[in-house]
Amino acid sequence: MEFLQTIPFDQLLIQTINGIVTGMILALVASGLTLIFGIMDVVNFAHGELFMLGAYFGVIVLGATGDFWLALVAASLIIALLGAAIYLTTLRPLLGRDPLTTLLSTFGVSLGLQNYALWQFGPVARKIAEPFTGHFSLFYLDYPWYRLVIALLSAAIIGALWLFLKFGTFGIWIRATTQDRVMAQAMGIPVPWVLTVVFAIGAGMAGASGVLFGPLVGVNPTMGLDWILKTLIVVVVGGMGNLAGSIAAAIFISLLEAYAALWVSPAQAVIVSFVVLILTLLFRPTGLFASSAK
Amino acid sequence: MTAQPHTDPLPASREREGPAGRVGEGRHAAIYWTGFSVILALLVIAPLVLPEFWRRFLTEILIWGLLAMSSDILIGYTGMVSFGHSAFFGLGMYGAAASLTSLEPPNLWLAMLFGLAAAAAVAGFVAYFSTRLRDIYFAITTLIFSQIFYVVIFTWTEVTGGENGLTFSRPPLALPGLFSVPFTSQTLHWFVVAVVTLSYLVLRRITQSPFGMVLQSIRENEPRTRAIGYPIERYKIVAVMLSGLFAGLAGVLYAVQNQFAAPDFVFFLVSGEAVIYNVIGGIGTLVGPIVGAAFFLLLREGLSRFFTEYYLIPVGVIFVAMVIFMPQGLLGFMRRWLNE
Repeated sequence: MEFLQTIPFDQLLIQTINGIVTGMILALVASGLTLIFGIMDVVNFAHGELFMLGAYFGVIVLGATGDFWLALVAASLIIALLGAAIYLTTLRPLLGRDPLTTLLSTFGVSLGLQNYALWQFGPVARKIAEPFTGHFSLFYLDYPWYRLVIALLSAAIIGALWLFLKFGTFGIWIRATTQDRVMAQAMGIPVPWVLTVVFAIGAGMAGASGVLFGPLVGVNPTMGLDWILKTLIVVVVGGMGNLAGSIAAAIFISLLEAYAALWVSPAQAVIVSFVVLILTLLFRPTGLFASSAK
Repeated sequence: MTAQPHTDPLPASREREGPAGRVGEGRHAAIYWTGFSVILALLVIAPLVLPEFWRRFLTEILIWGLLAMSSDILIGYTGMVSFGHSAFFGLGMYGAAASLTSLEPPNLWLAMLFGLAAAAAVAGFVAYFSTRLRDIYFAITTLIFSQIFYVVIFTWTEVTGGENGLTFSRPPLALPGLFSVPFTSQTLHWFVVAVVTLSYLVLRRITQSPFGMVLQSIRENEPRTRAIGYPIERYKIVAVMLSGLFAGLAGVLYAVQNQFAAPDFVFFLVSGEAVIYNVIGGIGTLVGPIVGAAFFLLLREGLSRFFTEYYLIPVGVIFVAMVIFMPQGLLGFMRRWLNE
C-alpha cells in the first residue's frame, strides 16, 4: 500500500477526468469505425485521415466564419460527403470480394489523403480556438469547461446514433442490412444506398470528433495515423463490430493510459493499451466486452 | 511441424499426369531456368554498366523486393495479410546495428546472425499471438504489434538512440581466414544479389515442399485442412516466423547498405509498402513482389520529380486502382496478356 499512497488523490481524480474526456472522443471515432465494420465488413484504414481532415475543415470554416459550432456541423457534413464519395469510388467496386481487399484499398486512400493534407496545409500544426475559455477550479488546477463539454457532446452524438439505429426507419434498414443483406434487398430496402449512408455517417462522426478534439492539441497531417492505431486497438479490444464494446473499451483504455501517465511519460503510457490488447487476444480473442454467447 | 502429415495434402498433380504432361512440364522448367539465368546474369552485369546512382537504386530494389517476397509467403501462399513486417525488417536492422556498434571488429556475418536472431525472436512473439486470429483481425493485430515495437524503439533512447537511430560503419566483406575486403558499391550489389537469389531459391523450394503445400491448402480452405488433421496453428506460426526471418534478412541488408538503423523503418507504413509491392507485382508468385518493388520505386523516382515529396498522392491513387482493376498484379496481368 506504500506504493499507492505515493499517488496524491487529487492527481488521481484529475487523471480520471482526463481519461474519461479522451475516452469519449476515442469512443466517438471508434464507433464510426465499428459501425462501418459491423455493417459492411470494411476496415476503414482511412478513418484516421477523415478525423484529421475533419479537424482541418474545422480550422478553415472557423477561420472564415468565426463560429465554432457552425464549423463543427459544416466539417462533419463535408467529411460525410467525402466519405460517401470514397465509398462509391473505392469500395463499391469491391463489394463481394474478400474483405481484405477493402483494407488494402482504404490503405491507398489513407496514403493519398494524408499526403494531400501535407501538401495543402503544410507540416506546421494549426490551432482551433476553444469555443469558450471558462475554467473551474479542480484542486490546484484551472480545469477548462470545454473538455467536459467535449465529453458530453461525444456522448450525445453516440446516444443519437444509438437512438437512430434503434428507432429511426433508416436505422432499422441499417440493422436489417447487417443481419441479412440479400433478404433486406428482397424486402425492398435500398441496400446500396444504405451502405453508402452508413459509410457517410461513420465518416461524419470521425470528422466531428476531429473538430471537437482540435482545440486540445494542434491539428497536423499525421494526427490521423496516431488515431487510427488507437481506434483499431479499441475496436479489437471491444470486439470488432460491437458498438457498446468499443465505447466501453475506449473509456477503459483511455483511463488506464491516463493513470499510467502518472508514472511514465505519455509516449510510454501507450504501451499500457498494447498490453491490454495482448491480454485480450490471449484470453478473449472475440473482444473484452463481447457477450460470451458467440 | 512435429506432427508429420499422413499424406501429401494436395496431390502433386504433375506426377500423376501422363507422359505428355511431363514433357510440357519439362519444357516449362527449361523456359523457367533460362529466364532465371538471364535475369540473374543481367543483375550481375548491371553494376558494371550502370552509373553510381542507378547501381544503388537497383540494390535497393532488390532489398525491398526481398522484404516483399518474405511477406508474399503469408499473403500469397497462406492467405494472411501481414501489416507487421516493418517490425521484422526493423529488428533486423537494429540487430545488425547492435552487433556492429558493440562488437570489435565489426563482422558482417555476426551482424547478420544478430539481425536474424532479433527478427526471429520478434516474429515468434508476434506469431504466437496474432495467428490466433484470421483475415482482417490478423492484419490489424500484426499492425498493432509492429507499432508496439515502434514505440519501444522510439522511446528507449539509451539503447536504440530514439528518434535519431543508430549509425555505424559498414563491416568488410570477409570470409574468416580467406579474405577481407571493404565493400564497394559493386561488391555490395553482388553480395545483395547473392543473398536475394539464395533467399528466393530457398523460399521457392519451401513453397513447393509438403510444408508449403499445407500452407496453400490453409489458404484455399482452412477448416478442411484442419479436418484432414493438420495442426493449422502450428503451421501458421512457422509460416509467420519464416516470413519474419527473411524480412529480418532484408533489414540486415538495408542496414549494411545505408549504415544506419532508424525507428522510421519500424513504423507500419513500411509494412504497408511491402503489401503494396505484393499487390502491384502479383501475390503468390515470389517474383511478383520484386517486380512490384521495382515498379513502385521507379514510379516514386519518376513522380517525385513532378510532385516532390507529395508523390504518395498519385501512388495512393494508382494503388487503389490496381486493387480494384488489376487484382492479380502486374505479373498476373502480363501472364494473362501473354496467354491470349
